Amino acid sequence: MNKIVLGLLVGALLGAIDGGTAWFTPAVRPAIVGIIIGSTFKGLLAGVAAGIFARKVNSVPLGILFGLAVGFVLAFLVARLQHGYYFEIILPGSIVGGLVGWATQRYGTPADATAPAR
Amino acid sequence: MSNFLNDKAVERLRIAGALPEFSGTRYMLQEFLARGGMGTVYTAQDKTLNRRVAIKVLDSPDPHGALEERLLREARVLAKLEHPGIVPVHDAGTLPDGRVFYVMKFVEGSRVDQSVAGVSSLPERLRLFLRICETVSFAHSRGILHRDLKPANVMVGAFGEVLVMDWGLAKILQPGPAGHSEEIIVSTAPPPDTVTADTATQTSSPTQDGMVMGTPGFMSPEQAQGKSSSLDARTDIFSLGKLLEVMVKPAKNSTAFRIPRVLRAICEKACAESLTERYGSVSALAADISQYLDGMPVSAYRENLWERTQRFYVRYQAAILLITVYLLMRTLFVFFDRH
Repeated sequence: MNKIVLGLLVGALLGAIDGGTAWFTPAVRPAIVGIIIGSTFKGLLAGVAAGIFARKVNSVPLGILFGLAVGFVLAFLVARLQHGYYFEIILPGSIVGGLVGWATQRYGTPADATAPAR
Repeated sequence: MSNFLNDKAVERLRIAGALPEFSGTRYMLQEFLARGGMGTVYTAQDKTLNRRVAIKVLDSPDPHGALEERLLREARVLAKLEHPGIVPVHDAGTLPDGRVFYVMKFVEGSRVDQSVAGVSSLPERLRLFLRICETVSFAHSRGILHRDLKPANVMVGAFGEVLVMDWGLAKILQPGPAGHSEEIIVSTAPPPDTVTADTATQTSSPTQDGMVMGTPGFMSPEQAQGKSSSLDARTDIFSLGKLLEVMVKPAKNSTAFRIPRVLRAICEKACAESLTERYGSVSALAADISQYLDGMPVSAYRENLWERTQRFYVRYQAAILLITVYLLMRTLFVFFDRH
């Protein structure tokens, strides 16, 4: 599977799961559907960015760092729009980005036929 | 004469006296490089292309033509094996004095054992070994056995290229018209500091059962027993196993790494006494090394649950850490939210 498509799918899935954890916060439970949709979209964007990065750079540590950075930026923007829950949104969102970065480095077909990064 | 000259001087005079005459050719002799039982390797300057080359020359003219034919066959074997891991042959011919020679690329570099001594990373060493496997596997796919794989015969070039050298003991596995495998037993030109089986490298007659050829410590049991007719790819696999042992051995006084149990098992399988217990092909050996590098199970070693868990952790370490941090963080958020 193409690294960008892989990033998109993994990002969307992890984003949805991350959004779903909002269910454990009773205060935001009524808005859970919107949170899940927003978080899925955020993960999807992070996944595509990590996929594009993985096609250009073949390094797991750099992929994770890039994913963490993209996740951080996107989560920060979401938290900014929410006017709150900064830690609850930014920290897990960054880690989701890091995980997507790891996945796109380890798996998926590279643009050229080089060996996967270790 | 020995009353007036010491042994070194006598040897120098002997070498100078035996220097081949390259007049009338495009090559200008430069210096002695190495010596074998039948041929000597010199460096020379190719006057046409203005580059340094290595030339292997018969020690003396061969009136019967058998040695000539063998040297040319060795050159043809090398020419047949066009691969980045094998030194290319540029030319072959006969000198004015009747000696046959062939010209090959001059390789500057170091022996693989000396080269890996400076590499502290085990995966790097293994990736180097995989490149040797690629070359030997390629030769096998062309029906040629090397039969003398050892550190002295593997060079790491100036650009990091890995070259399998000295195909003087090569054996062509494809059956000849009489149904027997054709063999090339040409004296080789090992570097002076290497240990070789003199009985093998100095021989100039076709290999027959009972004749031992190879290098002690690296040749397979069947090779050591002189069972020439029963040799196949597994003979080279034995030597590759011994080479792997050398390549993964940490330098003396080094605590950089210990040879992992799985790698020891791979070496043991490659060097099994019994042919049937060894890897069936070089690609199977290489696959196990690649599996090991990828943190996957290998065919040579049955791991227990603890080892499997450890391997799983090492393979997915980054993801496991990220997930753990994520779960911890989420748990803390829920905990603080409720209290």
